[in-house]
Amino acid sequence: MIDVKNLSKSFGDHLVLDDISEHISPGEKVVVIGPSGSGKSTFLRCLNLLETPSAGTITFEKTVITDPKVKIDKVRQQMGMVFQHFNLFPNMTIRKNITLAPVRTGLMKQEEADALAAQLLQRVDLTDKADAYPNQLSGGQKQRIAIVRALAMKPKVMLFDEPTSALDPEMVGEVLDVMKELAQEGMTMVVVTHEMGFAREVGSRVLFMDGGHILEQNEPKEFFSNPQNDRTKLFLSKVL
Amino acid sequence: MSVLQPLLDWLYSRLYNLPPVQWLISLGPRFHLAFIEGDRWKLYLQGLGATLEMTVVALCFGVILGLLVAVVRTAHDQQRPGRRKNFLLGVLNALCQIYTTVIRGTPMMVQLLIWTFVILPTVRNKILVGIAGLGINSGAYVAEIIRGGLMSVDVGQSEAGRSLGLNYIDTMRFIVIPQAFKNILPSMGNEFITLFKDTSLVQAIGGAELAYYASTIGGRTFDYMPPYIGIAVMYLVIVIALTWAQSKLERRLRQSDRR
Repeated sequence: MIDVKNLSKSFGDHLVLDDISEHISPGEKVVVIGPSGSGKSTFLRCLNLLETPSAGTITFEKTVITDPKVKIDKVRQQMGMVFQHFNLFPNMTIRKNITLAPVRTGLMKQEEADALAAQLLQRVDLTDKADAYPNQLSGGQKQRIAIVRALAMKPKVMLFDEPTSALDPEMVGEVLDVMKELAQEGMTMVVVTHEMGFAREVGSRVLFMDGGHILEQNEPKEFFSNPQNDRTKLFLSKVL
Repeated sequence: MSVLQPLLDWLYSRLYNLPPVQWLISLGPRFHLAFIEGDRWKLYLQGLGATLEMTVVALCFGVILGLLVAVVRTAHDQQRPGRRKNFLLGVLNALCQIYTTVIRGTPMMVQLLIWTFVILPTVRNKILVGIAGLGINSGAYVAEIIRGGLMSVDVGQSEAGRSLGLNYIDTMRFIVIPQAFKNILPSMGNEFITLFKDTSLVQAIGGAELAYYASTIGGRTFDYMPPYIGIAVMYLVIVIALTWAQSKLERRLRQSDRR
């Protein structure tokens, strides 16, 4: 589904991603972990070109999206993204937050989008917040809205950039529950997170990144119980 | 009573002849001469009309110009790094930068003099010249205000919009600009007030606005104090009214934040 070849990214002289090649298949739940500054968020943001790679190619469903001629908006419509700081639009109601993109991109009419929004809100148990504004919501509620806002575009893959890092501890659970549900429905997911429990429970594959490289990857059980790389062992000994 | 009368008369005449009292008493006739005599107040009204007209037209002009410059500057700055830059946009951006630097780096008065005597020496209507000078001056400031407002919106907002597949224009139109608007409005109010006051400079190039009539009347009556103090009060009252309207508008916008 997503094929990354020789991806490098540098900010000025600072090399953040160093020649990464990786493949993500449909239905996979890839969890990316690693210390801060390891390049995991940059890696994720390169997948939908919020960061422009310095070198290498990314192919999404047979489209080479790193090609400058590709209409990136069309590609992004199929890739949902959830941010650490939610990034809901504070100037719109929750309903409008959810329906803006599907309607403006011509995916559906306003009435269809409204119906879909109602359905999605029910799913995350926030039906009564449809006419509220983002500032009236708690962090956990905001992030659940951010997830369904991305889902309203009916994406083929969901990218999560540390979705629970900005939340109060007691709100982490409600967001992870929504993500788990999504995973069970078979959504292809790439999740950058510090939630090791989530990685173990939901992930179909765990990538460990440090210094712009993917140092180790494995299916979660094996990864956590039997890490091979010294750096991975060190990291896991600190976080587990 | 009759004993005190001479004393009172004496006191009264002493007081009456004191310079400050004399001055105060003279104010009535002087202001009468400057405002009422010969229906001169009509001239002030005419001048005030020209001043307000100049302010409004120059501001509209400035806002349109500023918007264009701000759009070019932000579009240029937001080009995706790593890709080939748009050449035309680069040229436009350079022009806009020169424009804002020159206009903001030179005195308003000097700009007006250049407009009158260098660029438009054949134009008789000095109000029009004033509008050109003020509008183009204001455009540079408005451009920076709008650009600052757009940049004040968290970059995560446009990232979220773009990540949903919205294009640049929709992201700006529905997400960034409405949020920037709130930050822009107070500074725009200040710009409006500054522009309004700066119209008085047009007097120096012969534009028949409020200050122009004040100096004409002062010259004709050989008394400059009443007309100048008079127009100062007029400017002040209008500025106070504008400030009041501005703060009221801001308060209403802030209320919507706490919905």
